[in-house]
Amino acid sequence: MSLIFVVALPFFGALLPGLMNSAGRSACAGVTFAVSLAAFIGILTNLPMVLAGEVVMARVDWMPSLGLNFTLMLDGLGFFFALLILGIGLLIIAYARHYLSRDDNMGEFFTYLLLFQGAMVGIVLSDNILLLLVFWELTSLSSFLLIGYWKHLPEGRQGARMALMVTGMGGLAMIGGMLILGQIVGSYDLSVILQNRELIQADPLYVPALILILLGCFTKSAQFPFHFWLPHAMAAPTPVSAYLHSATMVKAGIFLMARMWPVLSGTPEWFMIVTIAGLVTMVLGALIALFKHDLKALLAFSTVSHLGLITMLLGTGTAFGAMAAVFHILNHATFKAALFMSAGIIDHEAHTRDIRRLGGLRKLMPVTFMIASLAALSMAGIPLLNGFLSKEMMLEEALHTKLFGMPWLVPALATFGSLLSAAYCFRLIGHVFLGPVRDDYPAKPHDPGAGLWVPPAILVVLVVMIGVAPFLAEPFVKLVTASVLGDAAEVPKAYFKIWHGLVPALYMSIIAVVGGLLMLAIFTPALRLWDATPRPEAKTILDAIVATIVALARQIILPLHNGAFTRYAAIASVAIIAAGFHAWNTGTVGAATRVMQAAGPVPIAGWLMLVAATAGMVLLHRNRLLSLILIGIVGLMVSVGFVFFSAPDLAMTQFTVEVVTIILLLLALNFLPNRTPIESTVLRRVRDTGVAVAGGLATFALAYYYLLRDAVGTPISEFHLANSYKGGGGTNVVNVILVDFRGFDTYGEIIVLGIAALLIYALTETLLGGPVRARLLNRQPDQERAGDVHPMMMVVLTRVLMPVILLVGFYIFWRGHNEPGGGFIAGLIVSIGVVMQYMASGFVWTSARLRYPYHGVIGAGVLIAGLTGIGSWFVGKPFLTSDFTYVRIPPFEKFELATAALFDLGVFLAVVGAVMLSLESFSRLARRAHVPDNEHPMDIDPSRDDPLQIGAKPAKEGG
Amino acid sequence: MEFLVASAVGVMTAGGLYLMFRLRTFPVILGMSLLTYAVNVFLFASGRLTTGAPPILSDGVSVYTDPLPQALVLTAIVISFGMTAVVVMIGLGAFLGSDDDHVDDQLDDENEEARGKS
Repeated sequence: MSLIFVVALPFFGALLPGLMNSAGRSACAGVTFAVSLAAFIGILTNLPMVLAGEVVMARVDWMPSLGLNFTLMLDGLGFFFALLILGIGLLIIAYARHYLSRDDNMGEFFTYLLLFQGAMVGIVLSDNILLLLVFWELTSLSSFLLIGYWKHLPEGRQGARMALMVTGMGGLAMIGGMLILGQIVGSYDLSVILQNRELIQADPLYVPALILILLGCFTKSAQFPFHFWLPHAMAAPTPVSAYLHSATMVKAGIFLMARMWPVLSGTPEWFMIVTIAGLVTMVLGALIALFKHDLKALLAFSTVSHLGLITMLLGTGTAFGAMAAVFHILNHATFKAALFMSAGIIDHEAHTRDIRRLGGLRKLMPVTFMIASLAALSMAGIPLLNGFLSKEMMLEEALHTKLFGMPWLVPALATFGSLLSAAYCFRLIGHVFLGPVRDDYPAKPHDPGAGLWVPPAILVVLVVMIGVAPFLAEPFVKLVTASVLGDAAEVPKAYFKIWHGLVPALYMSIIAVVGGLLMLAIFTPALRLWDATPRPEAKTILDAIVATIVALARQIILPLHNGAFTRYAAIASVAIIAAGFHAWNTGTVGAATRVMQAAGPVPIAGWLMLVAATAGMVLLHRNRLLSLILIGIVGLMVSVGFVFFSAPDLAMTQFTVEVVTIILLLLALNFLPNRTPIESTVLRRVRDTGVAVAGGLATFALAYYYLLRDAVGTPISEFHLANSYKGGGGTNVVNVILVDFRGFDTYGEIIVLGIAALLIYALTETLLGGPVRARLLNRQPDQERAGDVHPMMMVVLTRVLMPVILLVGFYIFWRGHNEPGGGFIAGLIVSIGVVMQYMASGFVWTSARLRYPYHGVIGAGVLIAGLTGIGSWFVGKPFLTSDFTYVRIPPFEKFELATAALFDLGVFLAVVGAVMLSLESFSRLARRAHVPDNEHPMDIDPSRDDPLQIGAKPAKEGG
Repeated sequence: MEFLVASAVGVMTAGGLYLMFRLRTFPVILGMSLLTYAVNVFLFASGRLTTGAPPILSDGVSVYTDPLPQALVLTAIVISFGMTAVVVMIGLGAFLGSDDDHVDDQLDDENEEARGKS
């Protein structure tokens, strides 16, 4: 199966659990399982190629100009991780089906899980590092949703937030590092980057890039000092912990270090940072884990410790270290997932995870005991289990690693870490399962149903199988190691064996195991010592840092954002004017290249009217109705100006928009007070006048200067004029630009218009549903109502005019491609026709005749426009490519049929729907206010005083 | 002619700005509308002023005005209608909800006072 499908499957599959939610829990889990299984099989179909050492690629160009392409790559390493993610994912899904209770929304859970799975698979299969970053951030986001899945728990929410904060900040750092890396190499494709080891390591920016990328890896993989988020993420449901913290999320950082190993490793900087961070994390994590009483917290810190171990192995920079790391990733994923699931079982059955309240479960839960003990012993490094093998390899590697010139330091610390690790494993077995049966468990523990124990059991079978017969895993691990190493080193010759003879690593192992047992024996005094030792609490520190930042932000923002919007407007205006003034002072102005055109008396008259109306608006703005009339004059003059300066399309648009805007403002003014009281001080008015005059002068100067100069470059309009008829098939260049050259813009624009209308509708609904409704009902109109609400002359006239208006709209629409007109203008004209019906005949009368809701009209418009655009895909052209032909249907003249006309139809419908929906929403408010609204189309029939049924009326009237 | 257009833009900008600094919603909305005219005319004028040469291709004519600013301004006009409608709705909703059409956030005691006055 193509890699694209493997990555896309979980994302598209994420839609299914939500849909199947109502079909029952098993159906919901089943469909999730099926999606994961399909992806799992999909990745397996690539196994032969991977085994043959090929690198499977898949590529879709996304934004080639930015170097961002949807390029996927599958080699041994990617295959290994994808297999872990999908394989353990399957077990987790089966486990979660039985783990989640009836109160949990399963559809939501599995949706998040699949999103996360898709993002993880995306990380390990990405070839493009920018794409990898996208998936990387997606894992942060989806894991946030998963960790905070139990929204009612404060720990869950806080843990999720902390995880997002830490991994998100690391992700940001990594973006910087990756961009530097891409700049150094000149390509964002991993396959190219991995070939350029010398180039990268010689670059002066190598160290910053390394540090930034490692910040991303360390935060994600919970390396010291960023380890603290992981235990807090344990508030998540156990399936999430088992998935995220065994095989996936925390391994993403490890994966990236392994992926980048060939180009980043081997330098002293890499060695120092990675090895030390890994070593410290390993020892510290194991030490804290030993003294944790919460089973999941213990496992969380042990995960931190083991991730440190893997990091240290990668840090050494040797081929053997890399191989041991790969092997331990596999082993850790198996035993840790099994352990998390066992902890979940105990929590589920005994209703507590507190080790101090458990003990003696061996007899009560024999199956769980077997599973958990085998997994824990493997983690402790007991022979015949897989953890032993990779731990031996780690100790072997530690022996050859020298830090700060002290050859004993790393081996000693590694042994100490292993000792602690063995101790907490023994504690887990000893304090939970062994010992006497107690009689004070919160609930009577017993083994769970097969649904809960089979998934971990499958993993434990793997643990034992690899442990007993390591040669089974060897070829696979070596294959993966080969792809980690790339060209940088040869795969080591060493064989995986249980018995290597009496080598030093074996003695270190024995010390660790015996020491671990001794540690458990002195556990009680050690715990007392631990509790007495003061330790820094990471959460407190983080909370303090966050609180400081928030306080600082508040101090800056609150004085600036005091809710005085007029002040913001004034500050913004002054700042813009000042910036313009600065540019004016420092820049140079070329000589005028155009001659001023003479102005006749008509333009001067128009100008005078415009200026007078504007001045009147400013001076008389307290009388709101008057200023509304005056702004109508301004709009009219602007329309006339457009006609004068060769823009007929604009004039028509401005004119029709003017009509609907004024109607809209009138509807609003119906409610608002009709006078603006005097509130501002004289000083303030002087200040405002000053800013306004400065802004006016600035725009005047700018406009005046550029109107007298030609454009510096050749405008693109030359192209539009030349190709409008040839390529677009229309002679009205403005319309061809709208529906063809820049059709995508127009498409976006009608969507915005539709959204605006829907927003107005939603706001109206909210207002009518809330307390405003009562206020509206009680409201008394402040003006006397007209006696003749629906004058007969107007009713008759608008009805006669309606077909004429529709005809005009149709005409304007069709000629739009060649003459002034088009979808926008036709839509506005038709809207005005419909509004006239509302005004003349009343809301009820018009609504009763309305066959299609306006929402549907908007949607149809956007859909038609969109489908027209998509149509061009079927002939292999980019979105919204237009085509046209000429047809002749006798007895008409030959006329043109263009796909652009279909697009324009979409524009038309969207405009009609949007304008009508907005105005209708406003008038619905008005209707609510005046309850005795006239339901009759004409109200001069005195005989009709009886209340009338709305539904029966249209038939009687006959339309 | 250039002077007339440029000064018209300037006058509309000044008037729009002044009204935008007012304290009640309705004048602010009108001010924004005025400013919209100014911006639209300004953008339109960036194609320079030409009379009697509409961008409708016809045989034998070689001089056309710049069509691109016209196309851009055309959609701007329609969108600004949508935006005006949204702003008016928000202003109206706020007024109906609180009986107060101030633009700026009112401190609580002032708010009570304003309510008492109206």
